[in-house]
Order: sequence, then C-alpha cells, then structure tokens
Amino acid sequence: MTLHSEVLLSGSAQGEVLRFDAPISFWGGIDPTSALVTLAGHPQHGQCITNTILVIPQLIGSSSSSAVILELFYTHKAPRALLLGARDAILPIGAITARQMGWAHIPVLVLPDPDLWSGDWVSIDTDGMITKH
Amino acid sequence: MILSDFERAVLAGTLGNAGERMAMELVVESARLLGAQRLVEIHSSHIDGCLYHGDSGTLYCEKLASEGARVKVPATTNVGALNLLKPQQCRLSPAQRKMAYRLMVAHETMGCLPSWTCAPYQAGARPALGQQVAWGESNAVAFINTVLGARSNRYGDFLDIACAISARAPDYGLHRPEYRYATLLIDLCGLSVRLRRQSAFYPVLGALIGRLAGASIAAVTGIPADATEDQLKALCAGAASTGALALVHLVGVTPEAPDLPTAFGGKAPESTIKITRDMVIQARDSLSLATSGPIDSVAIGSPHCSRDECRELLRLAQGRAFCVPVYLCLGRHTLMALQTDATDRALLALGVELVVDTCVVVTPILPATPGVMMTNSAKFAHYASGNTGHLPIFGSLPDCVASAQQGRVVWDQAIWS
Repeated sequence: MTLHSEVLLSGSAQGEVLRFDAPISFWGGIDPTSALVTLAGHPQHGQCITNTILVIPQLIGSSSSSAVILELFYTHKAPRALLLGARDAILPIGAITARQMGWAHIPVLVLPDPDLWSGDWVSIDTDGMITKH
Repeated sequence: MILSDFERAVLAGTLGNAGERMAMELVVESARLLGAQRLVEIHSSHIDGCLYHGDSGTLYCEKLASEGARVKVPATTNVGALNLLKPQQCRLSPAQRKMAYRLMVAHETMGCLPSWTCAPYQAGARPALGQQVAWGESNAVAFINTVLGARSNRYGDFLDIACAISARAPDYGLHRPEYRYATLLIDLCGLSVRLRRQSAFYPVLGALIGRLAGASIAAVTGIPADATEDQLKALCAGAASTGALALVHLVGVTPEAPDLPTAFGGKAPESTIKITRDMVIQARDSLSLATSGPIDSVAIGSPHCSRDECRELLRLAQGRAFCVPVYLCLGRHTLMALQTDATDRALLALGVELVVDTCVVVTPILPATPGVMMTNSAKFAHYASGNTGHLPIFGSLPDCVASAQQGRVVWDQAIWS
C-alpha cells in the first residue's frame, strides 16, 4: 500500500511507525536526553521516539519544541521521519537547523489522519511517497 | 514566494556573511512552511532562544555568532537559565551551567540588549501601535498585541533570533490585519464590578480565556477601563499559558478594539460565552493542585514583577518576616529601581530570595525536594508541576504574603464574591 504526502522537507527514510494517539508538545512532553515520552497520562508515555517514523496527527505548539527536537538530532536520538497532521513550523525549524549544522537530514511530511499505525514498517521516498510493507 | 533583491542576495550568499545567510534561510524556509507569500520587515525582536534546553541550542547560536551574524533591529533578551548576579542560585550541573552561560553570551555577541526579562515591555521595549515586530515569550507577545497594538506571532527558538538578524519575519497570521479580528465574544458583564477590580481576578480570567479561546481570537467586554498595566500583564500571561493565542481584544483597552464592531471587523461573533462567577471559581481552582495545609515556598513574578508589585509585597508584609522561602522574580531594570530607595534590602530582610535574569519554573531554583508552592501567577501555577515537581496553590498576593508568614495556606475567600 502506498500513501502520498505533502513534502515540507524532502528526504528518504525507512523504519517502524510510532503513532501518537493524543496531542503532545515536545517541550514538556518528551525528555530531550532520553527521547522518552514523559507527559503523564499520554497513551505513548514511556515509549522512545528514537529512530521511529513518527506520526503526529495533533501537535500542541510550544515554540521551545524546536529546541527539544534539535537536541535529539544532536545526540542522535531523533526520529527518522516526521509525519505531521497539519502544516506547522515548530518541529520543521528543529529539522532545518539540524541540517544547517550538518547533524541530520530527515524528511518532514504532512498527511492528515494517515492509515499508519504503531508497528507498521514503512519506507519514504524523496517525493513524499510512503510505502507500507 | 516573492522575495526582494536584498533577501535573494543574502539567501544566495552574495551579500552579507554566512551567519546572515543561515538566518535568512531559516526565515525564508519557515515562511514557505507557513504558506506566507513574502517576508515583512520588522522593527524589533524579543528573543526567547537564550534559555538553555540542551547543548545543541548553544552550539547553533554560537555558530550564528561566529559566522558573523548580528541583529539588525533592537532585540531584547528573555530569561536565561541563570541568575548572572548569583549563578550558584540554580542547581544546574557545572557543565550545564557553562553551556547555559555560553548561550547567553552568544546572544550578547550577536548584539542583543541583555535585558534577561520576560516583561521587556516594562523595561522600555514598547513597540508602537501597528508596528511589525517578531517577538518570542508567549506573555510578551500577548501583551504587545493586546495592550500596545503591535503585530507579532508567537516566535520561538531560533526563528526569533533569525528574524532579528534578517530584520524580516514571515508575512502571515497576526502580521496581517485581516487575521487580527475577533471571532469569539466573551462577556464579563454578569460578574460583580468588585470582583472585576481584584488583582487576583486577572490571572484567573486569563487562564479561563486561554482555555475558551485556544488559538482563536476572542473579544472580551466588561474589563474595567482603569485596569492597571500589571493586571493586564497577568491576564495576558495566564491566557497565553493555557491557550495558543497571541491576541485578545479587551474592548475599551486594546487599541484596535474601541468597540465591538471594530474588534469583529464588522462581522457578527461566531459564538458568545457569558462568564459566570462559577466559571471564574472553577478556573481559579484549576490553578491549584493542593488546597490547604503547610506550604514549602512562595513564588511571585511570572511575568517578572514591576517595581509597584515589589513595593506592594513589601507593604503587605508590614515588617513580619517569612517562614518559608519567598522567591521574587524580577528583571535587573526593576532591581535597579528598587535599589534607589533600599526596597531591595527591606525585602531581603524579610527573607525574600531575589531571582534576577531568570525565573523559578525554567531552571532548578525551588527547593530540591518537591513540595507545595503558593503563587499569585497563573503561569507559575500552570507550569509548576510539570517543570519543577512542586504542587501549585493559587492565591492573591495578600494570600501569598500571609501564607508565607504562617507557613500554611491562608486564603481570603471574600474577594471572590
């Protein structure tokens, strides 16, 4: 099965999907040193986002989240791709700054409510085509 | 996207240095992501990115600085993670303290004005009505849009400094007049005038507005025309903590909202909410995770206290010392004002801990063992448990003073009728 997404930042990746089942702000929701979801009561509490294809249908926009994700890129604990539910600049800013520093280069895509679930194995190409294996 | 010759040249690296190119690239890329058609020239910035979240932010800002980037518009700094006048006050590790300090220095190297305050609008940085600016720190953005009529979205880490270096911001959202109209009407006229004049009412009302409005723009009727700037400051901070908003039309106060038709751009409100006393009490109670018994600390000053607020704290104490730590957060501009008449020494004598350049919910200053923290700030109440582990209790400033003197919660319920 393939899905077409809108490309915010182009790149290719493959890996296992982790889907956030509730909204989250990276600042205050994800520990920048461990990459674990620390927000109390969140359905993915305790899970690690490192090396995942991270599906984020709803983001809460604390602007300090750019700094949290940049820190994850710097420490090699970031996801392999971000799939957002809507256009947003906060997490992409972290991805752009990571590119500028030469730390990482991951795709950031937009696809509202995708048919992608935690545990799915997917690959993403530079045109935003997502293939579910 | 339509870019000017200047913007294209900086982006291409044929004009300016490599740091300016990095900054312009971040602004232009953000504009593209947000769907902006062009950039807008800005007149000032307030930089939130000087607060340490990890070494990567320090390295990024040092890279900008070492590549030659300098701010092109007046740019004040928000709080950092350190009290530079008393670095041992916060319990960061030596390595973190060093990187937090380097981050603050990098901003000074880039030409920022070292204000280190979340209330720069009370330290002389007051953008004019209609002026385009790119500010960070949610309370400050809400204040300058709502009270001063300046135009800014909520800018955050790295985009804020990039805008200041480029003197440009993406032209979208609140920069554009058509996106500044209210859609939701919030009516306070069912509340007693007496309640509407209490200082403790404003942070609670802010928290309520933030929850009701979320990211949309509300117009509020029934704010007393003589509400003080400190009261409006508390309202904006509360609203921007619980909601994603950056502008509230306070009818009769906000320059763009002399009346309802103007606030709504001639259209009818999409919905109307009449605020009841019960809603206010519920909003007040939602700011507390503990309700009675002993307290471990009191935190005042989010946003940073003005000189008037510090003097009011001193007046209310009537010379009776505090038996739990009272953390008073303020900017250097206010500390200097307090020093002119020895108010600072009088506060220290009562047992007040002055927290300058930073505040107690962004860096570890509160007692290491989590306990109960009383505060008159909706923003402190909102962030206390998540950021510090301390359980907040919200009260008025007189409640906070009495509680600090007795070491347990003292609450005057009469003001809430």
